[in-house]
Amino acid sequence: MKRRTLLASAAVALALTGTAFADGHGKTKVGFVFVGPVGDGGWTYEHNKGRLAVEEAFGDKVETVFQESVPEGADSERVMTQMALSGADLIFTTSFGYMDPTINVAKKFPDVKFEHATGYKQADNVSVYSARFYEGRAVQGHIAGKMTKTNKVGYIASFPIPEVIRGINSAFIHAKKVNPDVEFSIVWAYTWFDPAKEADAAQALIEQGADVILQHTDSTAPQAAAEAAGGVITFGQASDMAEFGPMPRVSSIIDDWAPYYIDRVQAVMDGTWTSTSTWDGIGPGMVKIGEISDAVPADVKEEALAMVAALGDGSYHAFTGPINKQDGSAWLAEGETADDGTLAGMSFYVEGITGEIPN
Amino acid sequence: MDLSSINPVLLIASLMVSATPILLAALGELVVEKSGVLNLGVEGMMITGAICGFAIGVNTGSPVLGFMFAAICGALLSLAFGILTQYLLSNQVATGLGLTLVGLGLSSLIGKPYEGIKSPTLQKMELPILSDIPIVGPMLFSHDPMVYFSVALVAATWAVLKYSRAGLILRAVGESHDAAHALGYKVVRIRLLAILFGGACAGLAGAYISLVRVPQWTEGMTAGAGWIALAIVVFASWKPWRVLIGAYLFGGVTVLQLNLQAAGAKVPIEVLSMSPYLITIAVLVIISARGNHGAPAALGKIFHASR
Repeated sequence: MKRRTLLASAAVALALTGTAFADGHGKTKVGFVFVGPVGDGGWTYEHNKGRLAVEEAFGDKVETVFQESVPEGADSERVMTQMALSGADLIFTTSFGYMDPTINVAKKFPDVKFEHATGYKQADNVSVYSARFYEGRAVQGHIAGKMTKTNKVGYIASFPIPEVIRGINSAFIHAKKVNPDVEFSIVWAYTWFDPAKEADAAQALIEQGADVILQHTDSTAPQAAAEAAGGVITFGQASDMAEFGPMPRVSSIIDDWAPYYIDRVQAVMDGTWTSTSTWDGIGPGMVKIGEISDAVPADVKEEALAMVAALGDGSYHAFTGPINKQDGSAWLAEGETADDGTLAGMSFYVEGITGEIPN
Repeated sequence: MDLSSINPVLLIASLMVSATPILLAALGELVVEKSGVLNLGVEGMMITGAICGFAIGVNTGSPVLGFMFAAICGALLSLAFGILTQYLLSNQVATGLGLTLVGLGLSSLIGKPYEGIKSPTLQKMELPILSDIPIVGPMLFSHDPMVYFSVALVAATWAVLKYSRAGLILRAVGESHDAAHALGYKVVRIRLLAILFGGACAGLAGAYISLVRVPQWTEGMTAGAGWIALAIVVFASWKPWRVLIGAYLFGGVTVLQLNLQAAGAKVPIEVLSMSPYLITIAVLVIISARGNHGAPAALGKIFHASR
């Protein structure tokens, strides 16, 4: 009984200090949970850049902590709890697999704000945010369809979750549009970050004739494999990966989290933070297309840039009908665009992709 | 499914590359076990070799120096194991497991500043004349030097163990350390040398992953290859050429698995992913069912001159 009172008062004290911080009486403490190492050169690297931008923007008023290479699952729950206990006011959990752990921990710490990336479960103190990477995938698909000579595009996928499937569909639709003969070979790596496996997967795809490698895993290993093979083009994933340009990396999708992170930290400081759902694309600048290198023919580059502009100002949607599902049933009618609900839960391939989504 | 898109020449070429780390590590462990010592720390020595080789490779720009340093680091780590088990007579299984944990921790500590850096890598060495042979040339004779080195090391190990006096002594120590001791051989010293050789091989194996196969440094990047190497030694019933077969078989299944996926084979990915492990287990079961393992008689037994 006594112990319980002690715990309860400790929790109250913690909650009090939490609000005190949020009121601006001290430093605002912001925690980040990363799925890979900050030096992965891709996904986590960009989130960490966002963290550094927060530090730069607020200087002494903010303190950031981060934990890298946190496995998705029970371990992440422990890490988040630790962060919350050590007085974090706001915690960003930056991978899809942290979704349920975030919700669980958020229940235990109602006064701590949580922000979960790429998920779909919201709560009073849990916001979700993601970027419309599929807009970038559309541009990649266009360039890939135009530039492939073997008509075979290799795709290193991570896990069969909506975000990854959306990317595959978007890239395929736009590659097919400019090159009806194009085929996608999809390899599921079942990891976000395992350089040896990613390199082997890229190698296998290249050996089977793929001359474009798209990746939805976080390391630069596929880029290195493509560079060694020669004559293969790749795209930077999550980060610019410019060190591999102009060949094999011909362009990239860059995630720019900094403005969002600064916004949200500001909101916590002002006490105006509310649970929101944010899904921004090229327009608001959360998704950026890295410089298209000279290895891409000028006319293709121009078309790609035009597409970037159209996606940015909203005059074009990456999923515009007519589009059928893989089994041939109609999904979008002529001119119809996909609604966010369907996109968020996308679990089917579009017509023309071979193979099945593993479950 | 379009299996014709899998090119057997390239498949075998990438199989050799994929199998080289486990081949090197297994060969080192084979010599260690032949001397009667069971070192379960292969994974730890590999990962330490991976980061040491990578660090030196990046700082000096020379992958060859990286490999040399990786071998030294692996050997140094195994020396700790050797002193503990040979002089202080600690339990080999426990010490070996401890060595793996130490290696994993140590490597991630050393490796922090090296994440996300590109390393210099070994150039492919086309063997003159041989690499021009159609089919066989690109399949077997256009690899980086470490692939040839690993195969040469198999031949050398086999020859030394089978035909040389040193090999005979090593095997004698492994079969019966008391008899070898009675004949006047320095059991502890010979075992220590074997352990150092095993450590150096594991170090090279790790460096091959971080300098050639990926080439990049990531925490825990050996991802269990050391354990596979241990299994392959048993699989091979302690014979060098069979180690080569075992390593290539394992490497082959891993590479084939990814190739089948890329070719769109309608096999569940989970089954493909676990197939290398299933095959290893199946072969181990078959070998133990046959009874004759060929294990050195004194394997894992502690030696003390007074007993």
